[in-house]
Order: sequence, then structure tokens, then C-alpha cells
Amino acid sequence: MLQGHQSWVFKNRPVIIGSAAIGGPFEAQGNLAADFDLLHDDLWLGQDSYEKAEKKLLEQACETAIKKAGVKKEDINFFMSGDLINQIISSSFTARTLGIPYVGIYGACSSSMEGLAIASLMVDSRFAKLALAGTSSHNAAAEKQYRYPTEYGAQKPPTCQWTVTGAGAGVVSQQGEGPKVTSATIGRVVDLGISDPFNMGSAMAPAAVDTIEAHFRDLNVSAADYDFIATGDLGRVGHIIARDLLKKHGIDIPEEKLTDCGMLIYKDTQPVFAGGSGCACAATTTYGHFLNRMRKGELKKILVVATGALLSPMSYQQKETIPCVAHAVSIEM
Amino acid sequence: MDKFIWAFIIGGSICVIGQILMDKFKLTPAHTMCTLVVTGAILGGFGLYDKLIKFAGAGASVPISSFGNQLVKGALQEAQQTGIIGVLTGIFEITSAGISAAIIFGFLAALIFRPKG
Repeated sequence: MLQGHQSWVFKNRPVIIGSAAIGGPFEAQGNLAADFDLLHDDLWLGQDSYEKAEKKLLEQACETAIKKAGVKKEDINFFMSGDLINQIISSSFTARTLGIPYVGIYGACSSSMEGLAIASLMVDSRFAKLALAGTSSHNAAAEKQYRYPTEYGAQKPPTCQWTVTGAGAGVVSQQGEGPKVTSATIGRVVDLGISDPFNMGSAMAPAAVDTIEAHFRDLNVSAADYDFIATGDLGRVGHIIARDLLKKHGIDIPEEKLTDCGMLIYKDTQPVFAGGSGCACAATTTYGHFLNRMRKGELKKILVVATGALLSPMSYQQKETIPCVAHAVSIEM
Repeated sequence: MDKFIWAFIIGGSICVIGQILMDKFKLTPAHTMCTLVVTGAILGGFGLYDKLIKFAGAGASVPISSFGNQLVKGALQEAQQTGIIGVLTGIFEITSAGISAAIIFGFLAALIFRPKG
């Protein structure tokens, strides 16, 4: 039910009964390699285009999550998914393969938590017995669409980020064993006038702060209620800005309690500029690393705030600024 | 020996200008390239670019600004010989080797190689 202005509290505590994370070669060398269900050493995944490779990643994430949940895909009522490729084809084509009634969403890199929030809402309200949420991104496909094909060799500034090649998915159920989704806060679109697509972390930081602030206010909670708060893909540059903004807004989050999936996923020695980004950044870190740690009992309650930059290549060429959004989902064990 | 040093300095300076356009003025790589081509064309139109080439050799003829110079040069040459239509027919006369090479070698590379990222 609605609590405060923009938050949902899931009284029936929908359960994530199965989740999966699939990654590419760069993720295999990263910090969280052990938490992936499947890692590919070929960026093409044996396909003849990067877009087809991304679809395959998402298909595998969904199929693995369904298998781990111990259910049949015919039993899943709805599939919520979004991605970065034009007209969200990775999601729609995966929905074609799965044959599950499909709600296509678009929140750029916030799609992971947007999907999980809607899936949980459906399950909690009894409008679904089982719902599947997923999302994907592919480094080369995203570079091609948003910036330049890698082989063009365009220079990049150190503020830019590395799109994660991977996909994450989770099956949400009315009952069962596993981490429970307890609340969600839907963010509003925030735009502080940044127009540099090579500095998305800075553009997205205000949206993350706005959603965290709304979550704390609506639910009357604080950082003390969580083991940690993880933003989606602010990277090192955006993370520092988010910290400063939180301080300015009088929100106290101890240093060790605020982290970022884009900073966790890769090793410091990997050439990823300011850190990871892309839909799969928050998705693989949450559906893989975080949920694994929860199942092991290492974590009790976390808040994942997936951040999305809602630009398009066209809007950037027309010199528009970058509107951003962040959606928060709290997960408890 | 002098020529080598000047080639290094002038060629390097053109590249520095390109880097500043990208880093400080936030121009995209495509805009940076166009700016240098147009600058070369304007200098060529005033007859200055050929003097720069004489002075710095490859330092001025290798960077992309030289391409702009050659576009103008081809157009002017052809215009002198065949009249105003020569501006259209001559524009790619000198540069056609460079353009054709880019297309053909690009095509050949695409046949053999696959992008890695």
C-alpha cells in the first residue's frame, strides 16, 4: 500500500525465490566474478551481432532464475523488463522467447529496480502469483548506440564509465524461501543541467539523493535501518557528488553504509574509468552478489537505489541536458 | 634537420589544437575534425596553407587540415581550367586517392576482421 507520497510498502512481503546474474569477459575478471551464475569469455556469445548477444544474456538470466526458483515458466504470470537498446528489443525479444505475458519498461539503468518494484507490487497486491523482473546491457552494443563504435577509437575522459555486459533477473513469488521485497520508492525525474554523456555519474547523483531522501521521509526510516544503501551506477565521480549532496540535504549516511554497484563490480586495476554502468550493473550486483550475501546470512536489510540517465543519442545531439531518475527497493532476509 | 623539427612542432601543434577543442570546448571528435578541415580550407583559399607545407613539410600535409586545403585547391584549379562548373568537378580531384583508399581499405578490413569491443 501507498505510504507517504511515492513509496509502496509490501505488507505481504513478496519473496525473491530465484535470481540469476550472467556476465561477460570483463565481468569475469572483476571483483564479483564468483557471484555470477554464468560468465562468457566471448563478447559475441557466438552470435553475429552485439544486440543478439545481449538478448542471449537476458534469456539466460531469465531461464536460470526460473530454474533456480524451481518453477515452470508457464506458471509465471508477468515478465517486467527493460534495457538500453532502441525500442528495448533485448527485453521484447526475450519476452518472445519466454512466452510470458510481458510489460516492457524503460528506466535506462534504473530498469532493474523499476522492474523489481512493479513485479513486487503485482505479487503483493495479488494481481500476480509469480512475476519475473529482468534487465540487461552489453558494453559494445551500448557504446555503438550512445557514443561511438569502439573500433572508431574515440577518446574518452576519466569521468566516463564502462557499461557492464550482463543480465540479471529475479522471480518474485507470494510465498517461498528467500530474500523479501519489503518496500519501494519510485523516483521523480531530476535534471540539474548536466549535458555531458561522458559524465553520467554526476548527472545521476542528484536523482539518487532525491529518491533516498523521499524513501527516508515516506517510510520514516534512516540509514541505521539498513546494512547499507547501494546506488546503481554512479561510479566514483558520481558517488562523491552524491555524498556531498546528502550532506547538504542534512541526510546522515555513514561512509561505510553508502556504496555503489558501479564501484563494486570491477577491480581497481581494470581500465573502467570511473566505474561500471548500464542496466546490468545494478542488476547483476543485486541479483547475484547482494542476494547471495543475504541468503548466506551476511546481510539482513539493504536498499538498492538503481539510477538511470534518461537521455537518447538524439537528445544529446540536440544539446539537451540529461534528465535522470532513481528507484529504490528495500530487500530483507 | 631543421625541416624535421619544424614538421614535429607544426604537426604537433595542429594535434594540440584538436585536443584542446575536444577537452576544453567539448567538441565531439567529428566536430573537431570538421573544424580542422574547414580551417585548412580557409587557409588554403588565402594561399597560406601551401606556404605552411613548404615550411613544415609532413607536419602540415599529414594532419586532416591538409585535406581541407586540397579540397579548395582542387576546386580552384579546375575552375580556372573549365569555368565555374569546375568548382563542383574539381573539389575531389586531388583528394580522390585519399577518399577511395579510405573506402577500399575500410571495406577490405571489414571483410577480414571482426570488432573486439
